[in-house]
Amino acid sequence: MSLNCKISGLNGRLLTRSKMKKPLRGSNSGWRLKRLLLFVWVVLVAIGFGLSLFSGVFRNKMEIIGTCEDNNSLVLLQQFNVSKDLLHELASSFFNSDQITTLKCTKQLGNEMPTKHEVSCSLKMSDHAQNVETWGQCPVHDDKAHMVHSSSIHGDLAREHNDILKVCMWVVFVIVLCSLFPCLWMNRKGRMKENERTQSRSAGKWMKKLLVVFVLVGVTLSIWLFWYLNEGIQLGRKETLASMCDERARMLQDQFNVSMNHVHALSILVSTFYHGKQPPAIDQKTFGEYTEQTSFERPLTSGVAYALRVHHYEREKFEKEHGWTIKKMETEDQDQTLAQDCDPENLDPSPIHDEYAPVILSQETVSHIVSIDMMSGKEDRENILRARASGKGVLTSPFKLLKSNHLGVVLTFAVYNTHLLQDATPEQRIKATVGYLGASYDVPSLVEKLLHQLASKQTIIVNVYDTTNISAAIRMYGPDEIDTGLVKINSLDFGDPARKHEMHCRFKQRPSLPWTAILASGGVIVITFLLGHIFHAAINRIEEVERDYRKMMELKRRAEAADIAKSQFLAMVSHEIRTPMNGVLGMLQMLMDTTLDTKQLDFAQTAHASGKILIKLINEVLDQAKIESERLELEAVPFMLHTVLDDVLSSFATESQEKGIELAVYVSNQLPEVVIGDPVRFKKIITNLVANSLKFTHDRGHIFASVHLADEVTRENDMKDEILRKILNGSKSSLACDTLSGLPVVDRKKSWENFEKLSGKDSTNEAEKIKILVTVEDTGVGIPINAQSRIFMPFMQADSSPSRIYGGTGIGLSISKRLVGLMDGEIGFVSEPGIGSTFSFTAVFMKKEIYSLDTESHQYHPATSEFRGLQALVIDPKDIRAGVTRYHLQRLGISVEVTSGFDSAQTYLSESDTSGFEMILVDQEVWDTERGLAFLRGLKSSSKLFLLANSVKPTIQEEIKSANLVATFVEKPLRLSVLISCFQETLRIGNNRVVARRKQSNLGSLLRDKRILVVDDNIVNRRVAEGALKKYGAIVTCVDSGKAALERLKPPHSFHACFMDLQMPEMDGFEATRQIRELESVVNVQIKSDEASIETYGKVSHWHTPILAMTADVIQATDEECIKCGMDGFVSKPFEEEQLYSAAARFFESG
Amino acid sequence: MDGVTQLQRQFVEHATSLYREGYLDDQFTQLQKLQDETNPDFVVEVVTLFFEDSEKLLNNLATALQQESVDYKQVDAYVHQFKGSSSSIGAQRVKNVCVVFRNYCDEKNLDGCVVCLQQAKNEYLLVRNKLEALFNLEQQILQAGGSVPMIV
Repeated sequence: MSLNCKISGLNGRLLTRSKMKKPLRGSNSGWRLKRLLLFVWVVLVAIGFGLSLFSGVFRNKMEIIGTCEDNNSLVLLQQFNVSKDLLHELASSFFNSDQITTLKCTKQLGNEMPTKHEVSCSLKMSDHAQNVETWGQCPVHDDKAHMVHSSSIHGDLAREHNDILKVCMWVVFVIVLCSLFPCLWMNRKGRMKENERTQSRSAGKWMKKLLVVFVLVGVTLSIWLFWYLNEGIQLGRKETLASMCDERARMLQDQFNVSMNHVHALSILVSTFYHGKQPPAIDQKTFGEYTEQTSFERPLTSGVAYALRVHHYEREKFEKEHGWTIKKMETEDQDQTLAQDCDPENLDPSPIHDEYAPVILSQETVSHIVSIDMMSGKEDRENILRARASGKGVLTSPFKLLKSNHLGVVLTFAVYNTHLLQDATPEQRIKATVGYLGASYDVPSLVEKLLHQLASKQTIIVNVYDTTNISAAIRMYGPDEIDTGLVKINSLDFGDPARKHEMHCRFKQRPSLPWTAILASGGVIVITFLLGHIFHAAINRIEEVERDYRKMMELKRRAEAADIAKSQFLAMVSHEIRTPMNGVLGMLQMLMDTTLDTKQLDFAQTAHASGKILIKLINEVLDQAKIESERLELEAVPFMLHTVLDDVLSSFATESQEKGIELAVYVSNQLPEVVIGDPVRFKKIITNLVANSLKFTHDRGHIFASVHLADEVTRENDMKDEILRKILNGSKSSLACDTLSGLPVVDRKKSWENFEKLSGKDSTNEAEKIKILVTVEDTGVGIPINAQSRIFMPFMQADSSPSRIYGGTGIGLSISKRLVGLMDGEIGFVSEPGIGSTFSFTAVFMKKEIYSLDTESHQYHPATSEFRGLQALVIDPKDIRAGVTRYHLQRLGISVEVTSGFDSAQTYLSESDTSGFEMILVDQEVWDTERGLAFLRGLKSSSKLFLLANSVKPTIQEEIKSANLVATFVEKPLRLSVLISCFQETLRIGNNRVVARRKQSNLGSLLRDKRILVVDDNIVNRRVAEGALKKYGAIVTCVDSGKAALERLKPPHSFHACFMDLQMPEMDGFEATRQIRELESVVNVQIKSDEASIETYGKVSHWHTPILAMTADVIQATDEECIKCGMDGFVSKPFEEEQLYSAAARFFESG
Repeated sequence: MDGVTQLQRQFVEHATSLYREGYLDDQFTQLQKLQDETNPDFVVEVVTLFFEDSEKLLNNLATALQQESVDYKQVDAYVHQFKGSSSSIGAQRVKNVCVVFRNYCDEKNLDGCVVCLQQAKNEYLLVRNKLEALFNLEQQILQAGGSVPMIV
């Protein structure tokens, strides 16, 4: 049982686990939990129910067996006692009679062979005793057999129990299977859910079918279970009844037999002592006492009597001897032989017969029948005749006993005067008959008594029938028959083969409803339906979830499509708007150039400005859309950080000058000059930040953009960059004077505090990557605290009210953030209202190989070498500003000294000087008319004075002019190009020629004496190009069409290069180039295959004339097209020296 | 010498005004830079070429636009030429008109084209007058023995 428990528990766990494994996609975990609990509950209840049920059945069966065993043992005990008592009694009674006989024997000494009799008597006694003993042993054997039987029943039951267990296991197994299967199915489905969406729907239907099958199986199972259990109960009932009935029948039979044996013994007693002695040793008194005392041995007899066989010829003698006449029974038809109230005196004397059987000895209870002729009663007569013929006990059919009014039977034994053999013939027996011993049995009380001794007498009804005549069975005992279903019929053997008796047993009540079976099957049905319901719900749920999932996928797909469409629409529309907007702007520009009055001009200007803002906005939206649709790809081209910063500065120069804000950039010397990345986007970010700062900074203060290595700022102790140290310390001490403009700024460190990988060892440590940190600091109004969180959201502004002061779309920062993200960087800011904001961002670029740096810098700044080795003195009290100035000058190769004022400058000059400073730069802030002029006068002629100012104050200009001194004004923001042009201007007087020559030597060295063909249909362009190229010493030939170019460039020719306009009538640049290349390739093939000698083609083994496109609009597509049709590069029109140089250098240097 | 200085100042003022008012742009400066001892009359030569070319083109354009069915492709080609040459000498405003002109060409907008042609003509005449004045001044300075100042 415990094993079963374990197994089922295990099953339960298994189920639970598998249930949990079931991948439920429904987010409703509560539902799942509930279902799980329900399921566990159901399983537990089912198991518990099954166990209790089967144990109950088992216990019932055991009890039945137990009672059977109890009954048997009881019977055994009784029988044993009975036989023991019997023996004892017999012995004692014989002892008594023996004594008497001995007494009598001694009186009659004359009698012969008394001892012989004695001996035979004892022999007989011992014989009988043996008989009794052997008989007594019988039931013991019988009981053993019963024991065996009961144990076999036990075995059957155990086997049956095993069967039930098996069934139980099967049921659990089926349930497990049923619950596991959906799990498996679902797992399988999970594996291929995507591509079998349609199949899953059919699988759902299939599952429903399975569910129906499961429910049907469950119902069938429950019906079968009901049938099975009911059958078991019925069988049990039947067996109980059978066993009880058997037991009763047997007991009845046994008791009867015991009595009969006793009566038999009595008959032998009579034969021995009445007939065996002369005179008889028994008289009425002895017989009466003895029978009275031994009546317990015959518990079922109401009385015994002895009738003597009297022949008719002896009648008179007999009557005389006894003193009474033989009487016949009162009435023929009334069988009231033992009726006590009938007085034998009143009876008529018996009529004459052949023989008579008058009662001579009787028990006290039936003393009234003495002298009545038993042969005169019909039943008795038959009985007597049969008894003496058979020599066995013979029974009458039942009849009503007079006194008790109960049904009774009379048992008759014949008494023989000689000892007969077992196989004596009836004639011998009849002849030997001397009398008859009769005993009347009261059957109802007999049965009653018997049944009282047995357990569970209330539950069954017992009927005893005499079925000698089968068609008319006589009921001897029991109430009227009520049909209560089961009947068990046992035949009874009362020792008279002529008579047949039967015992009918039935339960008192009809069988109650088989509750166990009903409950069990009901339980199974309930479980089945519960499981069915659960699975049904689960299947429905799965379907629902799947449907929802599909719906959501569809919605997601649509949403994504809509998003893409939106981005595309934006990109397209923006592009489409730009073109006409350019027209509008152009027209407005032209309108402004016509003669307009002030008002009209104002209108036109406003319209123009608005248009410009619109264009800017559209560009930004386009950018945003591009980034959103992930179509924006960053370029990876080498560029100079300094240049980018300078460009930014240039674009904001005017505005900052107008606003009077100091604008400065600084690039740390730790950074390489050239990195590889996307300069346009990088510039865009900085531009956005600076524009933002500029928008929110009014009239005072500064905007300072600085670029450092990301690693630099984290190395607190080892800052190689002086400016950075000052900046960081300055903001730390929050001293006003330590900033660029002297106004307080926020602590810029905080702006990169939240960066996750500022000094990230992961990427920056890679040898070819470099992470830079750009900081833009302003002294503007700052961002309100509550708006700081949404500053990077597109179209969000700190002040989004309609009445806001600042224009703009608010898209700039969002774009910046995205761009920074594309560059593997982070962006952050710190802002304090009233003080200003600082934005910082990082970006990762590739390092450029160092060897090419020099050429690059030369290429971009041909002027830098001009000023190399010059010395400059910067007079500026503000460290950072002086640092910025120094940075710019150092870029030009000028060595710089910084001093804080005129006085110290004076000492500086007098101390240091032999060669002297070529240039002295003075910030306008320290300009003090008197001292400045004095200082200026004291300068050597070789020293030039530069005044650095945002906007030159006219008073100073006047002052200097009036003092007849020369000072050059350099407009801030400082940037390389401005400085170079200023310095060139000022210093040219001395070395103009050198500069010119140097310039020539750059491009001129490349192009000198090179034969160049210029192809352009536009005469002006042609002339300009010619002029430009001639300037660098090239020998220029011009043609005006593609065809002419084709003519000229047909090998052999002497041109080193060709500059070709793209857009020309008849044959455009692309076509011309293509044809030229074809010509060349034909020639090359010829040369290779020696069809034409190299000499024919000017000793050139491989022809490839470099062709450069000249184009007005530089767009990507054109560039690609140029390369595709065989051009070597392109230069923009009109010529820019630097670009021309770089383009030309590519093939002239290498070639 | 005063006369020369006067002329020089006048020249600078005139030149700067040309830049300021957008008649000319950086390209003209570039052009000036191309002029040196080896090529003393480069600017004048180029500008003269431009004048000739422009007049021819303007005439062509006027003819083309008067046709029954306007060949916009042809017109576009002319305008492209005009734009190229004007941008080569840095005649910014002429160039701008050409940009608009080409847009109208693309749209095949005859009215727009006609208006643009008129404007282009006007702009061209304006810049021609201005440049001629500038060259005159330059000539005078040179005749007076002065050097032509650089305009940055």
